[in-house]
Amino acid sequence: MNPIDCAAHGLCAELLPEWVSLDEWGYPAVDDQPLPAQLVKDAKRAAAACPTLALKLLHD
Amino acid sequence: MTAWTPSAQRLLTGSGPTRKEHEAIHGPLSMPPRTQLLDAVEAAGLVGRGGAGFPTARKMRTVAAGKNPVVLGNACEGEPASSKDVTLLTRHPHLVLDGLSVAAAAVGARELHLAVHAGSPALPALRAALAERSEPVTLHELPVRYTASEESALVAFVNTGTAKPLFTPPRPFEQGIGKRPTLVNNAETLAQLALIARRGPAWFREVGDREEPGTQLLTVDGTVVEVPTGSALKDVADLRDKQAVLVGGYFGTWLSAAQAREVALTHRDLRAAGGALGAGIVLTLPTGSCGVVETARVAAYLANENAGQCGPCFNGLPAIANAVRSLAVGPWDDATMTDLDRWLGVVPGRGACRHPDGAVRFVLSGLAVFADDVAGHRAGRPCAGAQAAPVLPVPSGAAA
Repeated sequence: MNPIDCAAHGLCAELLPEWVSLDEWGYPAVDDQPLPAQLVKDAKRAAAACPTLALKLLHD
Repeated sequence: MTAWTPSAQRLLTGSGPTRKEHEAIHGPLSMPPRTQLLDAVEAAGLVGRGGAGFPTARKMRTVAAGKNPVVLGNACEGEPASSKDVTLLTRHPHLVLDGLSVAAAAVGARELHLAVHAGSPALPALRAALAERSEPVTLHELPVRYTASEESALVAFVNTGTAKPLFTPPRPFEQGIGKRPTLVNNAETLAQLALIARRGPAWFREVGDREEPGTQLLTVDGTVVEVPTGSALKDVADLRDKQAVLVGGYFGTWLSAAQAREVALTHRDLRAAGGALGAGIVLTLPTGSCGVVETARVAAYLANENAGQCGPCFNGLPAIANAVRSLAVGPWDDATMTDLDRWLGVVPGRGACRHPDGAVRFVLSGLAVFADDVAGHRAGRPCAGAQAAPVLPVPSGAAA
């Protein structure tokens, strides 16, 4: 999550609610632990949907 | 009050703004070979004097291993209560510039940069000193903002003209000026390097703490002193009639007077006490002042100094500052305390730089050390210190 690029559109929290929560100003708090396999597909959709491309998946 | 010995005066010995005066004090600098320099800095055990206390040699070796490195001296001194670097640059500019050359020699850099705040009172001495030397040093004048001297912001300023922190990694030592590995060292760190290059690591370690050796510059209630690292706080600051001490500047922490009497000034000791040495700033709070009011004023300053880039910071810090202000001067209700507790929990760790983390740490320590006053304010008891003259300095016009 690049906090500078993030503009609080909030799509990530809609597409990946298990991993992203929004604070009261609409900015996401993202758990930076490794994603469980069953969430990777949703996470990819969330990253692709971010209008400012602030969310990226890191591959290990 | 003070207990340091004349031998602890290394950087601030005499007055040497001209090259002739400088060399009369310290002798000429003959540059040791690169590997010898790196080994000397490592053996000296020098840790950075800009705030983080990171081992200088380790940073140098990383940068030296990269391709076509650059060095950048940081003399911006963004902390309002610090004046050590401006004092050093004004009185001994050649010591800092020697150090910049030593740093460049140690990492194999041919490009040298030095950053100061625009309008710095050290600029005339610095320009005069640069005119007496042959190294090509590019001087940068940064806007006077708290976050402008964060090292990724410095690098961004040199690269783009905008001094705002970047989302990292890569850190400047990986990719900095012109995407080249960049060694960023504080002005005092550079001056220490100038002495290590002349006199060697054994001399350097003759004074100070075993793990963080040498001398250090402190700004104690606005006065700059040079003391051995590891000096007792009670020996460098007058703690009579003081209720608390802020150590480490505005990203630092409050210590109660009792804690302050026990603590030694090393990064290690301050961390163990739940604080931070930072860039060596010590501010004492008289018993007649109100710690909550002082904390509120600085919280407002820090909120105002956010770079406007990251949502949790530019939303969270003003909210926190307003709540602390309510706590200091009213009006007050319990819901504000609930909000404040939540904000102090959700804001840290979510900015591109550490500005939100530092501001939250400062506020949390104020709420802890002045817990009795907080309780008194909440209970509506009159506060004798609320009208006292401000103690912690904030730049004029910067905060309410």
